[in-house]
Amino acid sequence: MAETRSLEARTPAERPLSPHLQIYRPMLTMMMSIAHRITGFALYFGTLLLAWWLIAAVSPNGYARFQWFAGSWIGRLILFGYTWALIHHMLGGIRHLIWDTGRGFGPSEREWLAAANLIGSIAITLILWIFVLLTMGGS
Amino acid sequence: MSAPKHIRTPLARVLGRGAARSGTEHFWHQRLTAVANIPLTIAAVIILITLLGRNQAAVAQILGSPAVTIIMLLFIFSITIHMRIGMAVIIEDYVHDESSKLTLLMANTFFTFAVGLAAVYGILKLSFGL
Ligand code: HEM
Repeated sequence: MAETRSLEARTPAERPLSPHLQIYRPMLTMMMSIAHRITGFALYFGTLLLAWWLIAAVSPNGYARFQWFAGSWIGRLILFGYTWALIHHMLGGIRHLIWDTGRGFGPSEREWLAAANLIGSIAITLILWIFVLLTMGGS
Repeated sequence: MSAPKHIRTPLARVLGRGAARSGTEHFWHQRLTAVANIPLTIAAVIILITLLGRNQAAVAQILGSPAVTIIMLLFIFSITIHMRIGMAVIIEDYVHDESSKLTLLMANTFFTFAVGLAAVYGILKLSFGL
């Protein structure tokens, strides 16, 4: 106890503390970690759209209003972003679940999983949207 | 101030159960709902795609059918629990002032219950009519 106190009383040596985020070169694994949190955050508020859609479906007027929004360019943009966030977060979530089993922590595995997360989410989002726009005749 | 801290046994301190006072329950439920979210999200996206471009009557009928209603209810329950825990983690990570933290954690619970129940109301109304 006395030993600890005297140590605390001494002026601390000037040594670097924990590393600061700014001194890191941005790495893909790091960006994907942040992206998981940002997409989770966005999906959280996006559930308002899900609730709106379900309640709108109850009446023709309500549904017309929802369809007007969904068809507008801003609506399309939000829905496109939401699709990507959902797919990205789902793939990122699967990555987290793989880690939870103790696997996938090797340096090359981490890089591979991060790249697969990003490329996979973009590819699946584009495929879904192209499929939908083609089958709906661009309406 | 420091006295009660010292009478606490290591077990009691462990039972203080962390910043959200819920021990490992949040961690576990986050994983449980994450696993459930995977098939439920895929199902919900497929349902959504099949409904695109249909008129309200058709959408209401399909969404209100038993199988689709049950899948959507499961989806809503799972994501609501999941996103409430997820947002709580974000709040605990960035908000360190005790009263702001409690306020935001409360707001998080209110928001998730409100949006979750609104979605449940919509789907049940479609399913049961009225
Ligand atoms: C589709 C399947 C989904 C899977 C597999 C999944 C998986 C996960 C996992 C494993 C975590 C914990 C990450 C960690 O430990 O740092 C997480 C966090 C989170 N999820 Fe999900 N999730 C899914 C869908 C959703 C949805 C639909 C929402 C919102 C409506 C959502 C909102 C969140 C939030 C807000 C967090 C907290 C983010 C953080 O702490 O960085 N997730 N998700």
